[in-house]
Parts: sequence; C-alpha cells; structure tokens
Amino acid sequence: MSEVIVITSGKGGVGKTTTTANVGTGLAMLNKKVVMIDTDIGLRNLDVVLGLENRIVYNLVDVVEEKCRLKQALIKHKKYENLYLLPSAQTRDKDAVTPEQMKNLVNELREEFDYILLDCPAGIEQGFRNAIAGADRALVVTTPEVSAIRDADRIVGLLEANELKKIDLIINRIRLDMVKRGDMLSVNDVCDILSVNLIGVVPDDEHIVISTNQGEPLVGSACLAGKAFESICKRILGEEVPFMDLDKKGILDMLKNLFKGK
Amino acid sequence: MKITDFFRKKSSSEVAKDRLKFLLVSDGLCSPEVMELIKNDIIEVISKRLEIDAQGLEIQLTETETEDNGRAPTICANIPIKSIRRK
Repeated sequence: MSEVIVITSGKGGVGKTTTTANVGTGLAMLNKKVVMIDTDIGLRNLDVVLGLENRIVYNLVDVVEEKCRLKQALIKHKKYENLYLLPSAQTRDKDAVTPEQMKNLVNELREEFDYILLDCPAGIEQGFRNAIAGADRALVVTTPEVSAIRDADRIVGLLEANELKKIDLIINRIRLDMVKRGDMLSVNDVCDILSVNLIGVVPDDEHIVISTNQGEPLVGSACLAGKAFESICKRILGEEVPFMDLDKKGILDMLKNLFKGK
Repeated sequence: MKITDFFRKKSSSEVAKDRLKFLLVSDGLCSPEVMELIKNDIIEVISKRLEIDAQGLEIQLTETETEDNGRAPTICANIPIKSIRRK
C-alpha cells in the first residue's frame, strides 16, 4: 500500500523543503521506494536541497501537459537508487496545474512507489490546493514562533475541512537554551496550543545549513537534526520512537547520550 | 494576582503564548457569521428567563487577566434587559 504525504506549513521559510528532502531520503534509506514532488511551481527549491539541480530535463508541468511521459521526468538520486524527484517548473505559474491533474498524477505514481511526498508551497492558494488534492496524510511543519504557529493552526483547519484526517505536527528549529531561559515557546507550549499529534521535534542545528549548502540531506547522520529526522521517518512507518528529551537535559547530556548510542 | 507577580516580568515565551491563544480564538471567530450565530444562541438562552432588547445586544472578543498573571481571550456581551419574564 502506498501513502501520499503532503508537507505543508502555511508560512514560508519554516523548513518544508528541508523536511521533505530529509524525510524522503530517510524513508529511502529505510528501503522504501520514494518519490518527492516539488509542487511549488515558479519557485522550485527541492532539487537544489537534494543536489539534483543539474539533472533536470522535464518537470511537473511538462508531465501534466503531456510533453513527456511521467517516467522521463523522474530524476533518480545518484546515491539512493529507490529515491526519485519530480521537479517543479521554474518559469510557469501556479495555475498551470489543477488539483484534478495532481490527483491523477499522484494516483499514477501510487502503482510504482511506497511513499509519495508532496512539497507544498507557502500560502493557502492554488499551489496549496494542488498539493493537498491527492494526499492521504499531512505533515504540518512549524517553528516555535507566534506567526508560524498561527499559520499552522489555519492550515490544520483547512486540511480538516478538506477531509484530510491524518495530520501530524513537526516542530522545527527549537533552541533548548532559549526555551530554558523562557525566551522560546517549548514543545509542550506548541502542542497545547495546536492540539495536533506530534510526530517530530527538530532542534535548530547549524548542520542543516551546511547540508543544504552541499545539497546532501543529513538524515541519519550523528548530529541532532539528523537523528531527529531519522526518528520522524521511523514514526511515519509506524514505529514507536521515544522523543529526544529536549526540555529537561542540557546539550552536554544529550551529546553524551548520543556518543553512548542511546 | 499576587503582589509578587506584580514585580515578576513575564518571560517572552509566556507573552508569546498569551498572544497566540488570543489570536487563535479571534481567528476562529473572525467571521461575522460565527459571531452572529453565537449572538443568536445567547439571545435564545437568555430569553428563556428575561425579556431582552435583542437589537441592543452587543458581543465582542476582549481579554481578561487570569489569576496567574496571564491573559485569556474572553467574550464580552452587553445585554440590555427590558424586564424579568414571569410565567
């Protein structure tokens, strides 16, 4: 059975594309056949985060307009052979694709893949409607900020109105030192406010910047963010993985645990 | 509110949480339709006991201070009473 997951947030810049790249790669590392679709028509990014920007020939809009076959547009990752990308078009508008067309495309991909990840554009307009059209479940990404959480709440409402039942929350870029000082909303604060099932907490980690610079997702690596994304992938597969104890322990304790392999 | 609370400065995350709580409630009620529905419900309930001036009824979303020095979103209703209904 294949599963179609939309990664969305409402607000821009909270980490949707980074999350898509890392969750997609992580699932592929767990031996699932994965395709990631960049649905942000006009502002494509996922190819760059994955380091596949030089290999694009055809794109999502070409497929929908039948200028090429679906298989021709899929880019196979050089490192993970069961990981594919369907890139977005850079020089077209959001309305080049309709929700109905997206649904059909996704259904075609279901036959071939275990997981289909849809990287949603920011906003709640056409691009958002396209991205959620064919989805079975959603990962809502937010950061511990008032504006991002407000938008996440709105997105959850819209997803529910569209009868998307399985909604999970990822809190990105949390900083323990600031939470301790009382200068950042904690994981519990965010969960209290949003009342959505929490599937992952990703600490603010400079390794993310480095990994994006290099075009190589860091899921599975020993850094905090790498571990966090790995746990998210396992939870998507239904495994019960305990959450990192971000609120109580200091960074040093966590690093110690990490070296001990806990 | 305790006197000690008076001197304690709220942390920025507490401020953020209060702001968010208010925002999400007001976002949820922001459509005039929802406010109108609530207004009609209030009229219906109060009218069982009192005769009120439905035209003069006003409701709005405000904030009140909670015991722990936080703020909570509050619906405030002004309901002019015409007379106590006796059956």
